[in-house]
Amino acid sequence: MAVSGAHLSWNLARDVHQLLAFHFMVNAFRAGGIVAVAAALTGWFMVLRRQAFAGHTLALVGFPGAAGALWLGISVSWGYFGFCTAAALVIAAVPHGDGHGYSQESAGIGVVQAFALASGFLFVALHRGFLNGVNTLLFGSFLGVTDHQVVVLLIVAAAALVALGIVGRPLLFASVDQSVALARGVPVRPLSLLFLLLLGLTAAEVSQITGTLLVFALLVMPAATAQLLTIRPVLSLALSVAIALVVTWAGLAVAYYSPYPIGFFVTTFGFAAYVVAAVVRRLAPALRSRGPVTP
Amino acid sequence: MSLPAGRTRAAGGGALAVEVRGGAVTLGGRTVWRGLDVDIGAGEFVAVLGPNGVGKSTLIRAILGLVPLASGRMTVLGGPPGGANASIGYLPQRRSFETGLRVRGVDIVRLGLDGDRWGLPLPGGGRRRETQSRVEEVIGMVGAAAYAHRPIGEVSGGEQQRLLIAQALVRRPHMLLLDEPLDSLDLSNQASVASLVSRICRDESVTVVLVAHDVNPILGYLDRVVYLGPGGAVCGPPAQVITSQTLSRLYRTPIEVLRTGDGGLVVVGQPEPPAYHSDRHG
Repeated sequence: MAVSGAHLSWNLARDVHQLLAFHFMVNAFRAGGIVAVAAALTGWFMVLRRQAFAGHTLALVGFPGAAGALWLGISVSWGYFGFCTAAALVIAAVPHGDGHGYSQESAGIGVVQAFALASGFLFVALHRGFLNGVNTLLFGSFLGVTDHQVVVLLIVAAAALVALGIVGRPLLFASVDQSVALARGVPVRPLSLLFLLLLGLTAAEVSQITGTLLVFALLVMPAATAQLLTIRPVLSLALSVAIALVVTWAGLAVAYYSPYPIGFFVTTFGFAAYVVAAVVRRLAPALRSRGPVTP
Repeated sequence: MSLPAGRTRAAGGGALAVEVRGGAVTLGGRTVWRGLDVDIGAGEFVAVLGPNGVGKSTLIRAILGLVPLASGRMTVLGGPPGGANASIGYLPQRRSFETGLRVRGVDIVRLGLDGDRWGLPLPGGGRRRETQSRVEEVIGMVGAAAYAHRPIGEVSGGEQQRLLIAQALVRRPHMLLLDEPLDSLDLSNQASVASLVSRICRDESVTVVLVAHDVNPILGYLDRVVYLGPGGAVCGPPAQVITSQTLSRLYRTPIEVLRTGDGGLVVVGQPEPPAYHSDRHG
């Protein structure tokens, strides 16, 4: 994007001061931080539950949601949240196998996704003349975030994370060990529905900032990277959040000084983190075998 | 987690962990079994045997209250089925973890202890230390300390089975329900897991109900067997139940039970191939 007059220097304090000189950048950092934390935590469970395809579909559903809202002339936020939660309910209603794994779910989810995209296309056609807007819906608008939007994002994220905190342990249990969880009285089916709703809310939230096509940059990459790096659940969750925040804020900062889009930098940094983690994990056993083994 | 009061007393005087009288289960319109009478004494090591599809897993699930009885009566640890599940450790059938699952064995065991609790665990509490020490203790009990901190998907079948037994044990249950824990293990692992389960049964005074396809790895440890067959069910000491006469009646076809030189049993004439096998919750 490259704001005129902005130059990267070796003076870090001056750079940060420059970055935060404009209110739109402050809001971009705020909104980016909020969606990064929400996506990192919800995405962690999504990756663990192998529900990335459901997450992807819920993210894409934001596109017809927002396009439909624009066409009807109502708030775009309502479009995102409304469509994403509705799609979560539809996906939850798709029958899947009793066992763990959601492989049988995928065909049904694909059907939902295809129809959602087609509806989005229709809404765009019905609402003539906002072709520029389509680009924003798909690839995001970090820089036009209003104070009001930041508040809405914060409230929804806080609600989603409180809910995730309450159900976290039983959800983990149900995700990795469904049959025993069921015997222990964990409400596996309701939890599965609740998680899809939380995933829909998070996808809607992230979509508004990164655009529907780049939601995965925050939903999958930090969580997948963290799970590669450690198998301790709490550490893994913390790492996922840290990676998401670093990737988002670094992407914003770099884009500020460059002519290229923010989404590209955020996604590229996320990808780089994943590649580094994969290489580290591949090399780790070899390195460990040389040094003393620490438990 | 104290024992529910008022355990049923059997005619012989010992407490009963499970008592079934005239039990029947219908699944999807099909009667799985009916007229089932079972007595499982507290602290006993009991095997549930029988060919594929006779409802061995269904019996386990009925004891847990996950499958309702169509008729008859069942008492589990002195109450209705499902009422005492907090005192029951359950190991479901043929559960293996994906190779890519990035969860440690110790986490799986720990989820067995507090996985059904809502909210976040508070850091630094006494309960946290207690939880940790109990998880370590039970992992030591099954001899899984060496690999409990590796991803569960990457350890062998026998090692997974030990960790899952640890998970079933972690709440100090009064009864263990193990659905084919020896399935898919090689012979030496079958023998060592069988002896582990019998040791737990004896040392921790835990009633063990173990579904098995092959009785031989556990034969020496059993107090009682429940043999389910197309012709009904028989419950009693192994020497009385696993006989040519009884099994011929259960299978409704001539069966011969032969004793091998090392004390093992061979059942000849079963009307099914030696399947390895497909009786999912049959």
